[in-house]
Amino acid sequence: MSSLPILSIIIFLPLVGVALLSLINSTTANGERNLKQTALWVVCLNFIVSIAMLINFDQSDPNFQFTESYFWLNSGISYHLGVDGISILLIILTTFLMPFCILASFESIKVSLKEYLIAFLILETLMIGVFCSLDLVLFYLFFEGGLIPMFLIIGIWGGERRVYATFKFFLFTLAGSVFMLLAIIAIYMETGTTNITYLLQFDLAPSLQYIFWLAFFASFAVKIPMWPVHTWLPDAHVEAPTAGSVILAGVLLKMAGYGFIRFSLGIFPIASSYFAPFIFTLSIIAIIYASLVALVQTDMKKLIAYSSVAHMGFVTLGIFTFTLQGIEGAIIQMLSHGIISAALFLCVGVVYDRIHTREIDRYGGLVNRMPLYAFAFMIFIMGSIGLPGTSGFVGEFLVLLSIFSVNTYFAVFATSGVVLAAAYSLWLYRKVIFGSLIKDDLQDILDLSYREIIILFPLAFLTIFFGFYPQPLIDIIEPSTIQLITNIANDVAIAEPASYEPVIKMESEY
Amino acid sequence: MYQAIVFFPLIGFLIAGLLSFSPNNSKVDKAAQIITASLISIVAIMSSFAFIAHINDHSVVHIKLFDWMAVGTFVVSWSIYVDPVTRIMLIVITSVSALVHIYSIGYMSHDNSKPRFMAYLSLFTFTMLALVTADNFLQLFFGWEGVGLASYLLIGFWYRKPTANAASIKAFVVNRVGDFGLALGIFAIFYLFGTLDYQEVFQKAESLASGTSNIASTISFFGYNIGSLNLICFLLFIGAMGKSAQIFLHTWLPDAMEGPTPVSALIHAATMVTAGVFLVVRCSPMYDLAPDILSLITFVGATTAIFAASIGLVQNDIKRIIAYSTCSQLGYMFFAVGVGAYGAAMFHLFTHAFFKALLFLGAGSVIHAVSNEQDIRKMGGLSNYIPFTHILMIIGTISLMGFPYTAGYYSKDAIIESAYLASSGFSSYAFIIGLIGVLMTSFYSWRLMFLTFNGTTRIEEKDISHIHESPNVMLIPLIILAIGALFSGFFFKDFFIGTSSELFWGNSIALHHHDHHHIPFLIYYAPMFLGFLGLFLAWYMYLKNKNMPANIVKMNGPLYQFLLNKWYFDELYNYIFVKPAKAVGYFFWKMIDGYIIDGFGPDGIAKTVLNLSVRAKRIQTGYIYHYAFAILIGVSFFITYFIYRNI
Repeated sequence: MSSLPILSIIIFLPLVGVALLSLINSTTANGERNLKQTALWVVCLNFIVSIAMLINFDQSDPNFQFTESYFWLNSGISYHLGVDGISILLIILTTFLMPFCILASFESIKVSLKEYLIAFLILETLMIGVFCSLDLVLFYLFFEGGLIPMFLIIGIWGGERRVYATFKFFLFTLAGSVFMLLAIIAIYMETGTTNITYLLQFDLAPSLQYIFWLAFFASFAVKIPMWPVHTWLPDAHVEAPTAGSVILAGVLLKMAGYGFIRFSLGIFPIASSYFAPFIFTLSIIAIIYASLVALVQTDMKKLIAYSSVAHMGFVTLGIFTFTLQGIEGAIIQMLSHGIISAALFLCVGVVYDRIHTREIDRYGGLVNRMPLYAFAFMIFIMGSIGLPGTSGFVGEFLVLLSIFSVNTYFAVFATSGVVLAAAYSLWLYRKVIFGSLIKDDLQDILDLSYREIIILFPLAFLTIFFGFYPQPLIDIIEPSTIQLITNIANDVAIAEPASYEPVIKMESEY
Repeated sequence: MYQAIVFFPLIGFLIAGLLSFSPNNSKVDKAAQIITASLISIVAIMSSFAFIAHINDHSVVHIKLFDWMAVGTFVVSWSIYVDPVTRIMLIVITSVSALVHIYSIGYMSHDNSKPRFMAYLSLFTFTMLALVTADNFLQLFFGWEGVGLASYLLIGFWYRKPTANAASIKAFVVNRVGDFGLALGIFAIFYLFGTLDYQEVFQKAESLASGTSNIASTISFFGYNIGSLNLICFLLFIGAMGKSAQIFLHTWLPDAMEGPTPVSALIHAATMVTAGVFLVVRCSPMYDLAPDILSLITFVGATTAIFAASIGLVQNDIKRIIAYSTCSQLGYMFFAVGVGAYGAAMFHLFTHAFFKALLFLGAGSVIHAVSNEQDIRKMGGLSNYIPFTHILMIIGTISLMGFPYTAGYYSKDAIIESAYLASSGFSSYAFIIGLIGVLMTSFYSWRLMFLTFNGTTRIEEKDISHIHESPNVMLIPLIILAIGALFSGFFFKDFFIGTSSELFWGNSIALHHHDHHHIPFLIYYAPMFLGFLGLFLAWYMYLKNKNMPANIVKMNGPLYQFLLNKWYFDELYNYIFVKPAKAVGYFFWKMIDGYIIDGFGPDGIAKTVLNLSVRAKRIQTGYIYHYAFAILIGVSFFITYFIYRNI
């Protein structure tokens, strides 16, 4: 396998698609159809290639696999790729969600279809690049590059207040990332390299770790997003076209979660353990605060966006427990949220395409005419609530299980979030789906089309399948996570100042 | 065989679920009804065989299906674990479920979504079976929330009714509050014992209590230092309170009556609501080591028993009266558990399933007969029109009031006697309340019966012609339940609480032996006497001297209002939880998100930048003399500055 640069293929295949798309004349009669089909074939092909990679992935090996390294800027900054158990599933999630995004856009995008599809394919390249980069500069390039197509997707094909939303989105994310860029430069000055595999083994001085950690945190906290820098997310979601929301919730938020695991934990373990209580506090606030806000939303997408903030709170909570269950739970929660929240946004898209409103009050009684839709929506709502038997439960449970061993205060507050999740999710479902069908414009609303069935039901199947049998995911994630935790434990043990020990002894002497 | 018992209902659910998407037609409906009902009936027969075959050997069957999650040391698998406690639950669940499936064929005959209804019933049965066959706390949790889902779907089955939708959400959310405790309990168990497997947990709990292990005996929880076992048992009990509708977490159960009546019989009387009792009995080896929590359970159970009964006295909705009765009887089961009489609690769970399901299905038969009227003030004199239903409901009522030799007589007496003999915390409180509760139970049951079936009818003329006895498909399940309500106590008392109990239970529960022969004569006959007193009072007040209830209400206005409004729990919760949550959410959204974070964040920065550039723009006037003037000022400033600095 080492001969074939499979990661580069997965990264750049969408760009080949871009080239193809730009050759198609969209003004001809079949132009639109050709554009859609080309884009769809490219992303499907990329999914198949990524599955081929997954099949060849050695689950027992905790190290980076399929590594590629080429000279790029200088000896310390190279084009260096690789995947391990932590990142590979996020790549699969990305390639898996892309066909749904393209499919979901078939009917809803009326203007500049070609440019829209090109933006999505470029976005795919950049997102996959984020998860495979083993060089900080390369990572930064992909991580920040993703902003531009997303910015365009919301800004051009978005809703009424799209300009405000894009500006907010850009301002927040860029402000955070500036600090990360500075930190990357400083790391290069300090160590002479931005090679991640090297940095993972390198013991940075604790004082530097604190500063770098904060700089990276600024970027990731905005992107995941954590309270109080979350306010861009509801606006961005509300204004984004359906597929944009799917990618935003499904993949873009996960880049930050991945960043926390790979960089904050991997490269700055001492700082991470130092700041863990800070992260816990923010996560707890995010869970309860966002759930309460979700309770009073009147816009479907905004409600789901706030629930995303709460769900990502569980991710950050799990990552910083430094336990196997916590980190694996966080990764599973990311994957599961990638499927479920993406599906929820697709569900909103289904009715938005028909009625062109996201106001919850404009709906009601849809089950009378849309039983299939009601069924699919129910599964995703239950996944979002974290009902056992859906994938949403597995991640949430593992995270809460591990946070209990760290601190019972945090455990109690975080667990109370599941009560609120049930309240706002069921309220949404009731308002939209249940009741009598009395609104005039809903009287002849149609149930799911075949295209929509193909979009929603695979996601529903996965939600349930991984709820009952998440073991395939766990088997892939586990070896790399064990290695990560062992490294952290070693680093923290070595770095723990010797002066701490007498203090502990004195306490036990009393 | 046990695989079949657990998975046949799932198959039924999948088939009926698929059928529910096909267009309405009577063939599809029939197919869904027959497939689900026969699958569950087969399962019920198998469970009965399993129960009878192992009634004397307390053998254990343990089947591991496959791993659910295995993360490091945290390993949990899907499994089927059958011991005597499970076998009792199996027979209760599957037999009541089978009868309710059959009954529903008649009851739902006018409904448009029969396959969906059957699918939900089967889904419920499957999740309930998964709950009771678990060998670990996580699968229990799966079943626990799964039955919650099924209950939610069935309460809201008539989704066009806003009240049904509200009730279904309430049931789910209030249960989630209980599940919150249960989940924390599970986390605590894993944290302390490193496993969620029942048997390992109980073993480690025992070694912890006897001081032969190095597991922490106290744990800091929320700033308090609490005994480890106390904490675990307390948290699990919160879960049990939610599911079994004990006081403070009971508010969802009466509202759950919005669902179709067969649902109330199956889920909200016979099976799901007893899951809390099952949980505590299942963990009895652990609860036995936490006497403080047992006292708490006694207190909560006894309080619920009298609290719910007191509300039941004045309600007018036929189903709500029975719902409060259920709540009250669950209280009996809990205080039985609390005083260590696990066998008696399970016995009452067993007999209660029969007579309460009978009462609910009988009430369903009444509602079916009088065109969906549920207010007993608008009934009366129905015994002439629906005599079979009347007789069957009398059987249910006498069993509930504890008429000698009926099922309820044995189980309820056992509970009250255990409370009398026990010397644990609150046991005398429970004993006294148990006796008062018997009086109240008998009174409200007969009040319901007399107002519904006796006296002159208060049904409007035009509706009388529609009154009809239910079809056989509804009456036969009632007859089977009536047999259970009459005889299940007599036949099984020796096994549950009598001479064969040791053989029957093995070590599946913690057994305590009380000498039931040394009960004073007066105590022994007190429940029976009080039961008859309640019957007499009801007869006197509702048939003999009909003005009396109104007079009593007139004299005790506030008390009556207090009971009629269910102790104002709903209003209270609305004011302290629901409204503040919304207000706080709104405040966070508009004030903190909108005003503070955005105001000082992106919006504020953007505004400031804009402001500054507007000011900067004003300076750029384009007139040379303005610029020249500025240069002049600047030059003179610097000259002055340098001159003064040099001095």
